[in-house]
Amino acid sequence: MSGAPQTAPATPAAAETQETPRGAGWSKRRVALALLAAAVGVWLIVKASEDLRQFAVVTLNGITLAALFFVVASGFTLIFGLMRVVNMAHGSLYLFGGYLALEMQDAWFTEDSGLGLSLSGAGTGTYDLVSWVVPLLLATAIIGVIGVLIQQVFLRWNQGQDLRQALITIALSVIFADQMLAAFGGISKDIQTPTDWPESITLPGDVRFGFFRGVIVLGAAILIGLGLWWLITRTRFGKIVRAGVDDRDMVSALGINVQLVFAAAFFLGAMLAGLGGVLGGTMISLAPGEDTSFLLNSLIVVIIGGMGSLAGAAIGALALGLVDAYADVYLVFGDTDLTNYSILVTFGLLVAVLAVRPLGLFGRPA
Amino acid sequence: MTGSAGRISWPALAVVAGLAALAPLVFTDFFVSVILTKSLWLGLAAASLIFLSAYGGMVSLAQVGIYGVAGMTFANLVAADGGSAAAWSPWLATAVAIVVAVGVGLAFGAIAARSVGIYFLMITLAFSVLVFYFFSQVTQLSGFGGVNNVDLPALVGNPGLDPTRLYYTTLVVAILVFVGLRYVSRTAFGLALQGLRDEPARMRALGFDVTRHRILAFGLAAFVAAIAGILSVWYNRRITPGSINLAQTIDVLIIAVIGGLYRLEGAWVGALTYALLDNYSREWTPTVGDVLGPERFNTILGVVFLVIVLLSPGGLMGLWERGREFFGKRRRGPPGGVATPSPAGAAGDGTN
Repeated sequence: MSGAPQTAPATPAAAETQETPRGAGWSKRRVALALLAAAVGVWLIVKASEDLRQFAVVTLNGITLAALFFVVASGFTLIFGLMRVVNMAHGSLYLFGGYLALEMQDAWFTEDSGLGLSLSGAGTGTYDLVSWVVPLLLATAIIGVIGVLIQQVFLRWNQGQDLRQALITIALSVIFADQMLAAFGGISKDIQTPTDWPESITLPGDVRFGFFRGVIVLGAAILIGLGLWWLITRTRFGKIVRAGVDDRDMVSALGINVQLVFAAAFFLGAMLAGLGGVLGGTMISLAPGEDTSFLLNSLIVVIIGGMGSLAGAAIGALALGLVDAYADVYLVFGDTDLTNYSILVTFGLLVAVLAVRPLGLFGRPA
Repeated sequence: MTGSAGRISWPALAVVAGLAALAPLVFTDFFVSVILTKSLWLGLAAASLIFLSAYGGMVSLAQVGIYGVAGMTFANLVAADGGSAAAWSPWLATAVAIVVAVGVGLAFGAIAARSVGIYFLMITLAFSVLVFYFFSQVTQLSGFGGVNNVDLPALVGNPGLDPTRLYYTTLVVAILVFVGLRYVSRTAFGLALQGLRDEPARMRALGFDVTRHRILAFGLAAFVAAIAGILSVWYNRRITPGSINLAQTIDVLIIAVIGGLYRLEGAWVGALTYALLDNYSREWTPTVGDVLGPERFNTILGVVFLVIVLLSPGGLMGLWERGREFFGKRRRGPPGGVATPSPAGAAGDGTN
C-alpha cells in the first residue's frame, strides 16, 4: 500500500468543469436542446389532446415509477455524496431486500389453504396489514445492517481509492446475484399486498389508477424525500454529512468521528435500497435481472441529477420515470410503432443532460 | 505504472507466439477451441479496456457494448437465421460492422470523455447496459432467440469441424493488435495520451486538446473491441442479447482486473485464467447445499475477483512484476524507472 491518500482526481475534475463556459450566453448546443425540448413538449400536447384520460394514466405511471427510482437512487447518491463510494452492489441490495420480505411473508403469514393447490401462490390466502408491514420493516433493517457490514469489512480500509471500491462492490454484486439465483430461483415472484387494500382508486375525471402504486409508493417516496431533506438540512447528522461532502478531511480534523457518520450513512443508504426492493417487489416483481435494472436506473438518475445531490436524485428520477412512461406509449407515429426503441429515448435524455452539464444538473466537482 | 512506456520484448513475444502456434499439435480440438481460441478473443476485448486504462487512465465498461454493436451488425448483415439476414459477403460485413462500432465508440467517447475517474466508469457502464436493452427490445435486429447460424468467411472454414483455422486467425489478429497497441503507445499520440493520464491540467496548459485525445483513444479502443465482437460471433456462430449483457460486461472487466489493469499482456493472462476457471472449476467444485456447486461458477468467479482486488490491484501481472522486482534486485532496477503516480481515477494503484 503506498499509503498516499488518492484525492488526486479532484484536480482534473475541477479543471474539467471549467471548460464549459457558465452564463456565456446560449451556445449552439443549448439552443438545439431547447428546440428539442420544445418539440417533445408539442408532441406530448398533441398526444394529450387526443386522449386526455390515457395521458393522465401514463403520466401517473411515470410519476410512480419515478417515486420508486427516487427511493432507490437517493440511497445510492447519499453514500456517494459523503464517501465517494460508488456502490455497485446497490441493485443487489435492492433485490435482496425484496426477496427477504417475500420469504418472511411466505414463511410467517401465508396460511396453507388446506390442499396446497395454489400453484401461482397468489390470490389464495388472505393477508392483513401486519403481513406486509412487518416483512417491510425487518427486511429494510436487515439490508441496512448488511450495508454496514459491507462498508466495515470491505470498504473502510481503502477509503479514497474509488476505483478499487467500485471493483470490490462489483465483485460482491456478482456473488450476490449468483447466490440469490441459487436460493430464490429464476421465476419472477411478487410480494402480496394486504387483502383489504383496494385494487385501485378513482381520480377526478374518472381516471382509475392502482392503489398501491398511486398511494403507497408515491406516498412513501414523498415521505422519504421530506424525511431525508429534514435529516440533511435540520439535524446535526445532516450538517456533518453536508460538511463531509464539501471537505471530508476538514470534518475529521475538527474531531468529529467520521467513521461513525460513514457507517450511519451506509446504513441509511443500504436501507433505502432494501425498502425500494420491498416496494418494487410489491409494485412490479422480483426476478434475477431486476438488480441490474435498478443499478442502471440508479446510475442514470444520479448521472442526470448530479452525484451526491438529493434534489438532483428527485429531478433525475422524475425525468427518467416520465421519459420511460411516455416513450413506452407515445412513440407511435402514424402506422410506425417505434415503442421498441424506447430505450434510445432514455439514452437521448442522458446524452442531452451530459452535453450541457458533464457533472449532471446539480453536480459539483468532487 | 512500470512497463506502460517500455519497449516490447521481441524475444519473449516470439517465444509466446511460437508456443501458441504449436498448441494445436499438442492439445485436443476441444482445448484449442474452448480454452485457447476463446481466451484470445476475450483477451482482445479485455485489451481494449486495458489500453484505455493503462495509457489513458480511463476505466471503461462500454467495451462490451461496442463489441455487441459490432457483433450484432455483422450478424445482421450476413446470411443467418434471425435478424435482418441481409446476406452480404462476410468480409464486407466485417468491414461495415467495424466502421459502425467505431462510429458508436467515437460517439460514446464524445459524451463520456469530459468526465473522469469514477464518473467515467458509471457513464460507460450505463452505455453498455443501454446497448444490451436496445438489442433485447429490438427483436427485428436480435431475433427472438438471437441470430443463429451466422455465415462465416471461407478463411475460417467451419470452426465446429476444424477449430484450428479460426484459432490461427484469432492468434494472428491478437498478435497484430498487441503489437499495434504497443506501437501506438510510443507514438506522439500515445505519449500525449499518457501525459493526459498523469497530468491533464499541465497538458492542457501545454496546448493539448485533452477531450479530443480522449475521444480518439476511445475510438481506437472501440476498434479493438469491435474486432473482438466479430471474432466472438465467428467463434460462437451466433449472437444473442444475453451474450452482451451486464454479466458479460463484468466478465470482461474481471478478466482485465485479474490480468492487471496496467499491462496490455494482462488481458490474455486474465482471459486464459478465466477460460480455464470457466471450464475446469465445475469439475472440482464441491457441492455445499445451494451455496456452492458445479452450477455456481459465478460465485467462484466473484470470489476470485474479490480476492484479486483485495490483495493485488495490479492483478496477476502485478504479482509477476512484484515477484520479478523481489528476485531481480541485484540486476538493474525495475524496467520503467521510478513508478509514476497513478492516473486519475485508477485509484487501486499498482505501486503497492
